Amino acid sequence: MSAMITLKNVSKWYGDFQVLTDCSTAVEKGEVVVVCGPSGSGKSTLIKTVNALEPFQKGEIIVDGLSVGDPKTDLPKLRARIGMVFQNFELFPHLSITDNLTIAQEKVLGRSKDEARQKGLHYLDRVGLKAHAAKFPGQLSGGQQQRVAIARALSMDPIAMLFDEPTSALDPEMVNEVLDVMVELAHEGMTMMCVTHEMGFARKVANRVIFMDKGAIVEDCAKEEFFGDIKARSERAQHFLSKILQH
Amino acid sequence: MNYNWDWNVFFKSTGIGTEIYLDWFISGLGWTIAVALAGWIIALILGSVLGVMRTLPNKTASGIATAYVELFRNVPLLVQLFVWYFLVPDLLPERAQIWFKQDLSPATSAYLSVVVCLGLFTAARVCEQVRTGVQALPKGQNYAAMAMGFQQAQIYRYVLLPQAFRIIIPPLTSEFLNIFKNSSVASLIGLMELLAQTKQTAEFSANLFEAFTLATVIYFVLNMSLMKFMGWVETRLRVPGMMGGAK
Repeated sequence: MSAMITLKNVSKWYGDFQVLTDCSTAVEKGEVVVVCGPSGSGKSTLIKTVNALEPFQKGEIIVDGLSVGDPKTDLPKLRARIGMVFQNFELFPHLSITDNLTIAQEKVLGRSKDEARQKGLHYLDRVGLKAHAAKFPGQLSGGQQQRVAIARALSMDPIAMLFDEPTSALDPEMVNEVLDVMVELAHEGMTMMCVTHEMGFARKVANRVIFMDKGAIVEDCAKEEFFGDIKARSERAQHFLSKILQH
Repeated sequence: MNYNWDWNVFFKSTGIGTEIYLDWFISGLGWTIAVALAGWIIALILGSVLGVMRTLPNKTASGIATAYVELFRNVPLLVQLFVWYFLVPDLLPERAQIWFKQDLSPATSAYLSVVVCLGLFTAARVCEQVRTGVQALPKGQNYAAMAMGFQQAQIYRYVLLPQAFRIIIPPLTSEFLNIFKNSSVASLIGLMELLAQTKQTAEFSANLFEAFTLATVIYFVLNMSLMKFMGWVETRLRVPGMMGGAK
């Protein structure tokens, strides 16, 4: 069976500057893959190429059998099937929480108002925020906004979820409420690709860990291997791990 | 200054039918409002389209909009009005020329010229406001909307423009007031709007000071009311927790 997400030798340049170099990996259905690495290593750019938010110049990305780089691929349709959660939440500030949850269901998937509302509120309840349905994003805390953003993505019934540093913009006390939701999702078998520095999360639920540096994938191995035998890791990865695992 | 103010002049007969001078001012104000509102509708629609074009990745679209802005912003308004009134009609096909110059009343043809002129002139300015509004939004909003599967037109319709217009209400208010003030150029092609009626009153009655004082007061009250109206619109559209809106 082919993987849910496959990247083959993906390279990307901004002008002369190469931001991704020959990145290859695969995410199987139901797998949770954590992508980590120092800032500027290309993690966020890599995850954004998966649903074509960022174009790439070389290589191939296949999502659920469709080639992302193929001009014939209906990108909006493909994107609608992949949930994405961003560092800065990116809820739509002019819409109520309910409207944030339903607008794409109605306008993209063509669901009825009632169906969209029911589904949206179901997921809002699951992230523990049903009482806030009538509020606006600006009235919620960062952690609450991020949980709404996860509910918004789930309301579209995605085949996979991409997380781009979902806890990096949060106050420390709010990190866990978001990670709890993500752990629960992982346990339910959601296919997930997560750019994050939360190594506790990686240890708990990841199947594999990818380590990137300078636009290239340096390590791509099972969680047990990655955390088990640190001495066997590349020098760059050891250095990175020693810094973030110190405390 | 030794001047005998005579405020009763406005209630005196103009010598034409049963009209008093106040009737001229009322009729002039009517034309001023009719010119400005029609011009504003053109400016708002065309300006929004051009503003969106300037933010598109498509080079041709943004190039056309940029050229438009440069052309209409860098030629004096009065020159533009003379072009629309004296030159453009001569370039029309013969039947349209006859219609414009003979079938239409002089007031109507002057009205059409000045509405088109002010509409297109102000559109260039609205375009720049809309462009700034869209560009002021975080890039992540566009990403989030794309990731949910919206088509480009939907992204503008549901995500970017509703936010951009809220941001630009204050500068748009300025343009809205400007079009009322700029409408006074119509007096130079014989349209009897407020300024033309004022000049006519001054000449007929020789009460120059009273006539221009009343005109000043009318313009001032009109623009103050418009400003209050736009302030009310801004409050109505304010979203809790967004851009200084109360939580």
